[in-house]
Amino acid sequence: MNQENRLKDPYYKSLTRKMLFIVIVVSLAPLITVSGIILNRFSVSYNEKLNAHLGELVLKHSQNIDGFLLEKLNNIRFMAGAFTVEELNNAEFLRNNLAALQTEYGSVFEDLGVVNDKGIQVTYAGPFKLEKARYSDAEWFRKAIKSDYFISDVFLGLRGTPHFIITVRQMSNGKPWILRATISFVAFNSRVENLRIGKTGFAFILNSKGEFQSKPGFEVVHGKSYSFYESIKSGIKTKDGVFFSEMADDSGKENLYVASLIKNGDWLLIYQQDKSDAFSDLTHAKQIALFIILTGGIIILITALLLSKRMVARIVQADLEKELMNQQVIEIGKLASLGELAAGIAHEINNPVAIMVEEAGWVHDIMEDGQFSSKENKDEFERALAQIKTQGTRCREIIQKLLSFARKTDTCIEDVRINEVINDVISFCAQRAKFSNVVIKSKLQENLPVISLSHTEILQVLLNLMNNALDSLEKRGGNITLTSLLEGDEMVISIADDGPGIPRANLARIFDPFFTTKPVGKGTGLGLSICYGIIKKIGGEIDVRSVVDAGTTFHIRLPCRRND
Amino acid sequence: MDELRVLLVGDEREFLEILLKRLLKRGIKVAGASSGEEAIKIIKETPPDVVLLDVRLQGMDGIHTLREIKKIGPLVEVIMLTGHANLEIAVEGMESGAFDYLMKPTDVDELLYKLEDAFKRKTIQEQKIRRLEKLKGSERG
Repeated sequence: MNQENRLKDPYYKSLTRKMLFIVIVVSLAPLITVSGIILNRFSVSYNEKLNAHLGELVLKHSQNIDGFLLEKLNNIRFMAGAFTVEELNNAEFLRNNLAALQTEYGSVFEDLGVVNDKGIQVTYAGPFKLEKARYSDAEWFRKAIKSDYFISDVFLGLRGTPHFIITVRQMSNGKPWILRATISFVAFNSRVENLRIGKTGFAFILNSKGEFQSKPGFEVVHGKSYSFYESIKSGIKTKDGVFFSEMADDSGKENLYVASLIKNGDWLLIYQQDKSDAFSDLTHAKQIALFIILTGGIIILITALLLSKRMVARIVQADLEKELMNQQVIEIGKLASLGELAAGIAHEINNPVAIMVEEAGWVHDIMEDGQFSSKENKDEFERALAQIKTQGTRCREIIQKLLSFARKTDTCIEDVRINEVINDVISFCAQRAKFSNVVIKSKLQENLPVISLSHTEILQVLLNLMNNALDSLEKRGGNITLTSLLEGDEMVISIADDGPGIPRANLARIFDPFFTTKPVGKGTGLGLSICYGIIKKIGGEIDVRSVVDAGTTFHIRLPCRRND
Repeated sequence: MDELRVLLVGDEREFLEILLKRLLKRGIKVAGASSGEEAIKIIKETPPDVVLLDVRLQGMDGIHTLREIKKIGPLVEVIMLTGHANLEIAVEGMESGAFDYLMKPTDVDELLYKLEDAFKRKTIQEQKIRRLEKLKGSERG
């Protein structure tokens, strides 16, 4: 299996997913938390700051407007107090006074007039023809006649343009008279209009009925009814008397309202600004934060993706290398077992060779005597030659056995009859078993199906297990039983000995590489791990059951497809 | 000086027989035993001077047999016959009191030398013992 295919393996896929998830969570969580907290703190403090700033601004403007109104009132009060009604009833004198006021304050004062107790304007100075105008029914007159001074709401009046008036009441000969001055709406309005912030921030004034007292700079979409006035007055009120409220207008735009009462509570100076405009800096900051989070998020996502992919690729590589190493260990083990086998076989060859050498020596001994022709010696020659031939044949058989094993060291998959392999193993080990006083028995099921696997590998596994069994029985002899049988779709091969058994502490570790109980130099500790590797590779199972002093049994289960 | 008497112990019949023949031809009094147990029995009845012992034996193994022999007759010299693969057993045998070891296949002349060496040693040992016994006897006397 190559690396590409491996990456599609569910195990590696889930590993990639887990890594991706962890990296994203660990990286994004602090980013979002920190940005969130900072943004929240910033937004709260910006809100407070903006409100404080607007509150102060509105307060200052209301004081400014109040101051303007008071100043104009004082101008008129001074005039009413300084001159008698007779002097003021002189139209020429009144005109001069108006001219003096206009010189001093610009076009703030539009006109002046003296109104008697019947509500008739006795004298008038100004651009309109309002002499003898009757104000007895006008609302302002009814209020003005009752108090020392009075400032009216903005109204259209007789002249038909918006204006408001300031009146001062004086007594002459037991009868009240009123000096009234018209304040130019334009002049007044500019003071309110001056209050402009940002793109949408502007101010206007409402009276207690909710009517405009100034010209709003922008279209105020609210009906500007009494309810609007009330709702602004019901907003949050600071100790300076500034009201804060937020409302959506008819178009759904969220507006910010800051208001303050002026003219002794008659009028309300209202500052209105589109919320998005007022908080444009905050919105901007939010956008930057969002941009950073998004960009960071994307970078993190890409990094996490690349990182986890690369890491998993590395892991796959490492796993592949590990498998390759296992494969190499198996190869080495194969060589080692071949070496062991070779040593055993060399020993087996030694015996017939020794006999042949002795027979040849015997023939030589007879020849030295010089008696070739005697019948007895001739028979002896023939016997010796026959013996040499027999022993030579024995050598040849042993060598052929070794060759057949060496030839099959390649791991090609072939149809293997397991019983034949078991019989081979038994014959390989027969000699050794004989000298260790071990009896090898076999209980092989007849007509087992052939099984597709490497002949060498299964031989190696069985030889290894057999050698282990023989090792365990070396000291005192015993029995080894080899069994083969079919269980469903599985071929079960077992090798059981009645040796000393494996202590429980070691049982779990016997398949670990390099685990050995043999003295240094005797065992590599690779045998069983190689067996395990081979059986796993084939797709089988190997397990062990062992009871101390009763014996050990290895079971190998091999999957087999029935070919018949 | 007595004649050299040898006991050959080995479980491979063919090998045992031919070696017996060759040694007999050289005028050595030699008997054969096909197992450790049989060898012990023979040694108990008619003790030989030297035992040529194949270490690979069925039943009682070579080392075991060697120790038994040394128990019954400490003066009986033992030469071990080993294959290439079990030099360790040779070492163990030497430690257990064997006179020497020989590797199969053997050269018959070398075998003869070793047998004679072993016999010589045994004879010297016996002479020493006899001398000591004589001394002991005279002291008592």
